[in-house]
Amino acid sequence: MASLVGSRVERKEDKRFLTGKGRYTADINLANQTYAIFVRSPHARASIKKLNIDKALKSSGVVSILTGKEIADDKIGGLIAGWAIRSEDGTEMKCPGNPPLAKDNVNFVGDPVAVVIAESLAEAKEAAEKVEVDYKVLKAVTSTADAMNGDTIHEGIDKNLCFDWLLGDRQKVKEAFDKADKVISIDIINNRLIPNAMEPRACVADYNAASEEITLYTTSQNPHLSRLIMSAFGNVAPEHKLRVVAPDVGGGFGSKINVYNEDIVCSWAAKKINRAIKWVAERSESFLTDIHGRDHVTHAELAVTKDGKFLGFKNETIANLGAYARVFGTVTPTYLFGPCATGVYEIPAAYTNVKAVYTNTAPVDAYRGAGRPEATYTIERLVEKASMELGIDKTELRIKNFPTAFPFKQTLVHTVDSGDYVAGMEKAKQMADYKGFEARRKESEAKGKLRGIGVTSYFEACGIAPSAAVMSLGCGVGLWESAEVRFNPTGQVTVYTGSHSHGQSHQTTFAQIAADELGVPIENIDIVHGDTDKGTFGMGTYGSRSLAVGGIAIVNACKKIVEKGKRVTAKMLEANPEDVEFKDGEFIVSKSNKKKTIGEVAFACYLPGVRDEMKSPLPEGDEPGLKETSFYDPSNFSFPAGTHIAEVEIDPETGHVKLEKYTACDDFGRIINPMVVEGQVHGGLAQGIGQALYENAEYDETGQLMTGSYMDYTMPRADNFPEFNIGYTCTHATTNPLGVKGCGEAGAIAAPPTVMNAVIDALGGQEVTMPATAEKVWKACKNLKKSNAKAA
Amino acid sequence: MKDFNYHSAKDSKEASKLASSSSAFLAGGMTTIPSMKLGLATYKDLIDIKNIKKLSGIKVSGKSVTIGAATKHVEVSNSKDVKKAIPSLSSLAEGIGDPQVRNRGTIGGSIANNDPSADYPSACIALNATIHTNERKIEAAKFFKGMFETALKKGELIEAIEFQIPEKSSYQKHPNPASRYAIVGVYVAKHKGDVNVAVTGAKSCVYNDKEMSKALSGNFSSSSIDGMDLDSSEMNSDMHASAEFRASLVVTQAKKAVDAC
Repeated sequence: MASLVGSRVERKEDKRFLTGKGRYTADINLANQTYAIFVRSPHARASIKKLNIDKALKSSGVVSILTGKEIADDKIGGLIAGWAIRSEDGTEMKCPGNPPLAKDNVNFVGDPVAVVIAESLAEAKEAAEKVEVDYKVLKAVTSTADAMNGDTIHEGIDKNLCFDWLLGDRQKVKEAFDKADKVISIDIINNRLIPNAMEPRACVADYNAASEEITLYTTSQNPHLSRLIMSAFGNVAPEHKLRVVAPDVGGGFGSKINVYNEDIVCSWAAKKINRAIKWVAERSESFLTDIHGRDHVTHAELAVTKDGKFLGFKNETIANLGAYARVFGTVTPTYLFGPCATGVYEIPAAYTNVKAVYTNTAPVDAYRGAGRPEATYTIERLVEKASMELGIDKTELRIKNFPTAFPFKQTLVHTVDSGDYVAGMEKAKQMADYKGFEARRKESEAKGKLRGIGVTSYFEACGIAPSAAVMSLGCGVGLWESAEVRFNPTGQVTVYTGSHSHGQSHQTTFAQIAADELGVPIENIDIVHGDTDKGTFGMGTYGSRSLAVGGIAIVNACKKIVEKGKRVTAKMLEANPEDVEFKDGEFIVSKSNKKKTIGEVAFACYLPGVRDEMKSPLPEGDEPGLKETSFYDPSNFSFPAGTHIAEVEIDPETGHVKLEKYTACDDFGRIINPMVVEGQVHGGLAQGIGQALYENAEYDETGQLMTGSYMDYTMPRADNFPEFNIGYTCTHATTNPLGVKGCGEAGAIAAPPTVMNAVIDALGGQEVTMPATAEKVWKACKNLKKSNAKAA
Repeated sequence: MKDFNYHSAKDSKEASKLASSSSAFLAGGMTTIPSMKLGLATYKDLIDIKNIKKLSGIKVSGKSVTIGAATKHVEVSNSKDVKKAIPSLSSLAEGIGDPQVRNRGTIGGSIANNDPSADYPSACIALNATIHTNERKIEAAKFFKGMFETALKKGELIEAIEFQIPEKSSYQKHPNPASRYAIVGVYVAKHKGDVNVAVTGAKSCVYNDKEMSKALSGNFSSSSIDGMDLDSSEMNSDMHASAEFRASLVVTQAKKAVDAC
């Protein structure tokens, strides 16, 4: 039987998605349901003097209006940060309370203060307008760079500082810089992004008064974790009385990791009013209240020798957390950022210092890449600048500082098990026709255009995350994953995974893996996820972890099935278990060549004696049934890597940047389904290029979101991109049995510096901040013209 | 969205009769409906004019192209007659919004709304259009009064727009990357005798740039406006483009348009 792993198996989920048969949260309607509308703060920072719901209560169709007071009275807990970070001085991080409905203070535009529940959506909206909130407006803090000098947002949190964290050794770095021939320094901004999943957030909460169970249908990337948090920290219901279902989910990109205010409020309120409640975000609410991503201000320095050896690296970053610290809010700018900031290079001494600040803006949390795009942008912009200042070819300078042996002990935290960075670079150069660039530059010049080329070599740490490692870094929980493989008596297989698919094609790729492991046709394998009542507790999908962690749990559970199958076959065929081999779905006794198919074995495990076995096929000590579970805790992160090369052409008259060529050469280890991986790479690149050239979440100084709709927030579109040139090198990960590494975030990690390096190359080294909009580039072109004129 | 009464008028007369100070005509609804959904506009009555047959369709004579007010952008962009008579007008229509907008949005709606960044008003100015209403004919130069303001009176309904066929013309826009409305759009049209340079997006209302018109009427070549330093004091300034940048873009797009003629 040909292996399915590695082949372009068509997506099993496409039939329902392409024929409109998907079932998203907003598609779910329950009998007698009510509709919720949230009353949100129009101010970025204010105290609530008075909240009057009398008029609104009299509005037609109103069932209930609940406020921060009721939720506090019922002792419903707030939203939490999942990782504890310790400051350099040893103090614990400082996190404010984040009640699901604000009672005394609001801290960003969109912070909910009340929920209006009515018989219809129109009535809920009508009534929500009649809720009177008397705010005392306070001066907002909105600038990342200046947050520490602003008014104190949360009582007791001085300088709005959550933590001042250090990774690395300042003294060693100082010594390295003292020895340097040259120091390259850079000031960069990692612009704030809004994830913009195609499906806005939604939830439907139901309460069964007889069983006292709450069921919450919600747009989540991790229903099990949502239930745990809502139960353990939110006090909504004990876990066995709370079922969380995340049905089809239309994209997450990290924005649906968090448990949100609306999940908690609707679950709690459904029980209070004893009726189902439905809430679906409008797009404007998504812009305001989904978590945002990135938002760093960084000063970084690289100490080098004159022949281009890297000696030391400093990274001083201010990271904006927004109004509150959310689930991955504190780990994203620290452990997901700092260790990767030294990039793919051997740098003997390095440190990363991050000051995480609160501002009166939407909470900032993990968004595709989470910390690694910011890290890669820092080092790769710096390396590109070093190549310009040292006059060494950008690819040569990188190769000079690549590690040559693996495992590679990276400067700050990670030990990278495998890779071949030089091979990746050479292949990328070939794919991009790096040598031919100069000729293309001249052609552009002849047309009056400026052409630039940019390179990025990246690695990232994903497959989050090994328990031992993350617990030593301060995370409260290890991020293993579960899988359960169940055979039906008649031979089909159901695989339950604790991860969640919201665009990742698990239904296909996980089935490919199980089909190969079990020798069962892929049509006979179903993947089940997204329901806490089905399958075991799991950790969900984010951080390119589903395959490298969740996929391995499936492999391990399958292996246990095969082991039991060998024992059963041995009993059935009167052989020794050691003499039974398993191949292509058949158990074969090597000496006699007698065999049993895995279907026959499954049947015998459940229904011995129905066919020809008159005595039990179950060996002593084995129970009936064929079902195995695995909890896989990885031994290390996985480390995808690669080199990307972009070419842009700039019209100096309009500042328009045209992305002419984009080459991505990635090492994702073993690839399960090349078609699915291409989709992931394309999507990641679109978002990464979006960050470089188009997307930007902008607040004004009063904290109003200026880019609160698609009229002003530039989502990239297909016509913004060239045909992507995609290729791979493939070094198998040595830390997991599939040799896989993870591909979901690579594009978003590598593309921003690749594109910006090309833009800045075209502009003769002039710095431009992301996104490189026409006006910024036009100004830089004017400066370039002036300085060229002066030089002439 | 607040409740409203929906009316479907069978002819202009009925539409006009239904109109009041709290009504709006509904054609494609590409601005009206989103404004109502966002609570930016409320109407007691919406008077749908899409079913008035007389308001749709394209007629080409020797000198002019007349387009019914309820004609959709997609119909203008696909019309072989328009492509032949005034190719720049069909390509302008092809560049409005996205396919969904082009399949519903109408020329009359765009002009009546007079969004400062809309494309069609520049075509009206450049192509010496005459706006036919149920009451009178209005020259384009007197029609566009200011930001979202036109010469239309309450209850007055645009029936058709008559464009003069130029010798040569081209519309070039620098789109807002998010909305794809014009940050600056310049419609250059060379008629017998004079040249119009209609600019949208740059100021609070579409206008004919006299300085460039004059220069191009003298010598219809992009070199005659190259490097022209326009006064930016009245130009729009927002997070997408400063007044200074817009002033520069007006010249750049005008040059492109002349070169494309």
